[in-house]
Amino acid sequence: MRGLQWFNALSAGATPVDGLPQSLRVADGLLGEQTVRFVAVVSDPQNRFPRARNGEVGLLEGWGLAKAVDEAIAHGDQRPIIAIVDVPSQAYGRREEALGIHQALAAAADSYARARLAGHPVIALLVGKAMSGAFLAHGYQANRLIALRDPGVMVHAMGKASAARVTLRSVEELEALAASVPPMAYDIDSYASLGLLWETLSVSQIEQPTPDDVARVSDCLVNAIKDIDGRDLSGRLGAANRAASSHVRQLLREQW
Amino acid sequence: MTDLTKHSFVELGARQRAKSLLDAGSYRELIDPFQRVMSPWLSRQGVVPQADDGVVIAKGSIDGKPVVIAAIEGNFQGGSLGEVGGAKIAGALELAAEDNRKGIPTRAVLLLETGGVRLQEANLGLAAIADIHAAIVDLRQYQPVIGVVAGSVGCFGGMSIAAGLCSYLVVTREARLGLNGPQVIEQEAGLEEYDSRDRPFIWSLTGGEQRFNSGLADRYVADDVTQIQQTVTALLQQGLPAQQRSRQAEHYLARLGQLDATPQIDAATVRDLYQGERS
Repeated sequence: MRGLQWFNALSAGATPVDGLPQSLRVADGLLGEQTVRFVAVVSDPQNRFPRARNGEVGLLEGWGLAKAVDEAIAHGDQRPIIAIVDVPSQAYGRREEALGIHQALAAAADSYARARLAGHPVIALLVGKAMSGAFLAHGYQANRLIALRDPGVMVHAMGKASAARVTLRSVEELEALAASVPPMAYDIDSYASLGLLWETLSVSQIEQPTPDDVARVSDCLVNAIKDIDGRDLSGRLGAANRAASSHVRQLLREQW
Repeated sequence: MTDLTKHSFVELGARQRAKSLLDAGSYRELIDPFQRVMSPWLSRQGVVPQADDGVVIAKGSIDGKPVVIAAIEGNFQGGSLGEVGGAKIAGALELAAEDNRKGIPTRAVLLLETGGVRLQEANLGLAAIADIHAAIVDLRQYQPVIGVVAGSVGCFGGMSIAAGLCSYLVVTREARLGLNGPQVIEQEAGLEEYDSRDRPFIWSLTGGEQRFNSGLADRYVADDVTQIQQTVTALLQQGLPAQQRSRQAEHYLARLGQLDATPQIDAATVRDLYQGERS
């Protein structure tokens, strides 16, 4: 519910955008003095696709996000796009695979990336889980990533149980390993050490933000928008725990 | 049917695949295995790293024009992408886009045999895949990016999203393309939803032939080096597609709106729902 709570708090007084799947909340409202588009994926117990009823990013969500972001681009005013991220996973199901959920998620990533290339400041605000394919579709193409500092805010490629099974380990072994290997960890401080976040900040009530929480997060979003100085993702490079990513790029450039 | 003039593409390793697509004598590998740029994360977890981290980046020409090929080695760690392999692909695509901004029309071909993120490098693999997505969308403004899923690993996870971003996608009968691997779906949703050991069922829904017949791939080719090479060459000549598949939200939302989602789905229903959208 965090995604919905933060969407409602940040977009108070904003104009809802209609014509989208029920599992999306999209609205144009003021942030500071500029018009921005807020986008969130929320749970929809009535979702026609049963595997996407708890806030997962599925077929309708992927294509719907693409539509919502495309519409923002079509306005032609480079309005900032704020993706509020609380996505437990992509949808796992037979209908999803058969109908090409990968293509739906590609559409969402495509639209966010094109918005960024077209000069829209794109910010992802992580208020809950940001898992795997769901995060790739909703948030990971942003110019700037901001995370709230809370045990419930986590970025990862796979849930613990599945990750343990695929890597042939117990959950306990996985957790022990994650404690010493930062990219495998589930906590937001380890994630921050990879250099991918622009900012982390603490709030007093993450489940039900207070007016002060909302004001602080809004200020942070405004500052992030001001800070954007390019249209690519190079701002994520440079951390010691991601040194190989820079080294490889440097070698490629030398040998190109 | 036996055709002795055929040479299997699927049986080739990543390096040979890349070489087979390029003009004779034009192959040049970047960060080759002798430079030993390996994963900094695997050995501390008891996994033996590989000198090229399972990704081959080759520059050369096709039809006399510049191209960069990124080929994933499906035999190393299931073709999974870690920090180094992911950065090789993203970095190569970024430089190809930069080439175009300088007036050099470099195109890209991705040979996708991958389970997606390498879980031993989890968040760095995921971040690299986001970079790859960004770079495909950037390069695709100038030149086609062609994805080839030949098999036998198939293309899954975040890299299936990369496949969905390509200007054109080429598949064989051996290919599978899907977001989630069958075992993970079975784990998350149960055996009744998805039986990972039922191979005919998996192929009927996610195999290359089905993806092509439902409009989610652009070319369906035999597992033959010459045919794949000719198909890639022809698609590069074709230039940018009139309509990018990942930009058809209205179309797909309308089709999904027509679906009765209550009964469980089968392959024919998908083909019927999506068919007719191929140009």
